[in-house]
Amino acid sequence: MNVLHQHNTQLPNPSFNVEEKKVWELLDQVYDPEVPVLSIVDLGIVRKVEIEGLVVTITITPTYSGCPAMDVISMNIRLHLLQNGITDIKIVQALSPAWTTDWMTEKGKQKLKAYGIAPPVGKSFDQQWMEDVQVECPNCRSNNTRLLSEFGSTSCKALFQCNDCKEPFDYFKCH
Amino acid sequence: MIEISNSELQDVPVQKLPVEALINYTLNLADTSLILGHRNSEWTGHGPVLEQDIAISNIALDLIGQARNFYQYTAEVINKNQVAFDLPYVTGRAITEDDLAYLRDVLEFKNLLLVEQPNGDWGQTILRQFFFSAYQYLLYEQLQKSKDSQLAAIAEKSIKETTYHLRWSSEWVIRLGDGTEESHQRMLNALQEFWMFTGELFKPSAYEQVAAAMQIGVDVTTLKGAWMEKVTAVLEEAKLPLPTTPALQSGGKTGTHSEHLGFILAEMQFLQRAYPNSNW
Repeated sequence: MNVLHQHNTQLPNPSFNVEEKKVWELLDQVYDPEVPVLSIVDLGIVRKVEIEGLVVTITITPTYSGCPAMDVISMNIRLHLLQNGITDIKIVQALSPAWTTDWMTEKGKQKLKAYGIAPPVGKSFDQQWMEDVQVECPNCRSNNTRLLSEFGSTSCKALFQCNDCKEPFDYFKCH
Repeated sequence: MIEISNSELQDVPVQKLPVEALINYTLNLADTSLILGHRNSEWTGHGPVLEQDIAISNIALDLIGQARNFYQYTAEVINKNQVAFDLPYVTGRAITEDDLAYLRDVLEFKNLLLVEQPNGDWGQTILRQFFFSAYQYLLYEQLQKSKDSQLAAIAEKSIKETTYHLRWSSEWVIRLGDGTEESHQRMLNALQEFWMFTGELFKPSAYEQVAAAMQIGVDVTTLKGAWMEKVTAVLEEAKLPLPTTPALQSGGKTGTHSEHLGFILAEMQFLQRAYPNSNW
C-alpha cells in the first residue's frame, strides 16, 4: 500500500464529523477523467471509506498498472472533498484484490452504453471472454460486430467495428 | 512486509541478507519491465498501422506501470529498513521510485538482456514481446503466491494485463510466421537474433535463489517446461522452426549488460542527470 498524501491542515475550514454515506455520495460525483460519464464509484475503484475522528481514509485501486488517470483521480477526490468541507483526507492505493470490470455498477454500464462505449461483456473470471466475446454495437444495437484491435484509445478499451452500421466504436474490455 | 522466522533464516547464506535479496529481486522485476516498456514506447508514432501503434504503446504503458509498482515497493523497503543505498544527488531525504529509475547506472541495472536489445523490425519486436510475455505470465502466476504480500498483489494486478500481451503477441507471431515469404523470412531472422537471450530467463541469479528459498520469489528454473510448451505450440502454428541452438547469453540480472543499455539510460536519464532533483 502506498500512502499518496498526508493530512492537510493548512485550510481554514476544519473537518466536521462526517458520515460514511455522505462521503460515498461525494465520491459518486467524482468522474473518471478519461471516461467522463462514469463516476469512480460506478467504475468500482473506490474500495473502502473509513472515518476515524476527523480523518477520512479512502482506499482506491487502479484499473490498469500504468493508468495515467489514477493521479488525476486522487487529486480530484481531494479537491471535491475539500470543497465540501472535509479537510483531513488520506488516500491509499491498494493493488489487491485486483480491480475487475465485475465491480462496475449496473448504472455505470448503462451510462457507458448511452455514451457510445460498449460495456464489458461477461465476467472476468471466465477466460473464454477473450475467445468469443460478442459485443453489441452501442449505436445500432446490432450484434454483428468485429474486433479491430485488442488495444484502444485508453488502457481499458478495445476497438470494435459494427458490420451493419459500419461505425467503429470503443469497447470497455473485460478485465 | 517481510516476515521471516528464524528456522527459515538458517538456510540462507549469511552474506545474503533477506532484505538485500528482496531489494535486488524487486529491482530485477522493475528494471526488466521498465526497459521493455521503454523499448516498446520507441514505436509510439512509428507503428506499422495505427491500431498496432496504439497496441504496442498500451503494452508499453502497462509495463511501465508495473515497473512503477515494483520501484515504489523497493523504495519503501529501502526507506523502512534504513538500508544504505548509494545514489547520486540523493541526500537527507527518502529514496523515491524516480531515483531508482533515473539515478542508477548500467552496472546497477538488473534487467534481462532480452529486453534491452534494439527493436529491429516489427517482427523482432513482436517475437521479443512474445518470448517475454510467455515468461512473464508464468512468473506472475507463481509470484501471486509469494509470502511477500505486496509482491503477490503486484503480480495479481499485472497478470491480467500480461494475459492480453501474450495473446496479442502470439497472434502476431502466427500471422507473420505464416504470412508472406518476406514476413516469414523476417521472423526467421528475429529467431536468429533473440533466441540466444532466452536462456537467461530460466537461469537464476544468487538473489533469485535466495528469494525463491524464502518463498518470496519464484524459482525460475521451474518455469522453463511450460514456457517451452507454449513457444513450441505457437512457433509450430506459425510454421517457424523451434531453434535448437543453445541460448547462452546471460549477465543482465547481475549488471553485465550489452552495449545497448547505456544508450537507453543516456536518453531516459538525461533530464535528472543534467538537472538533479528537478520536479514537475
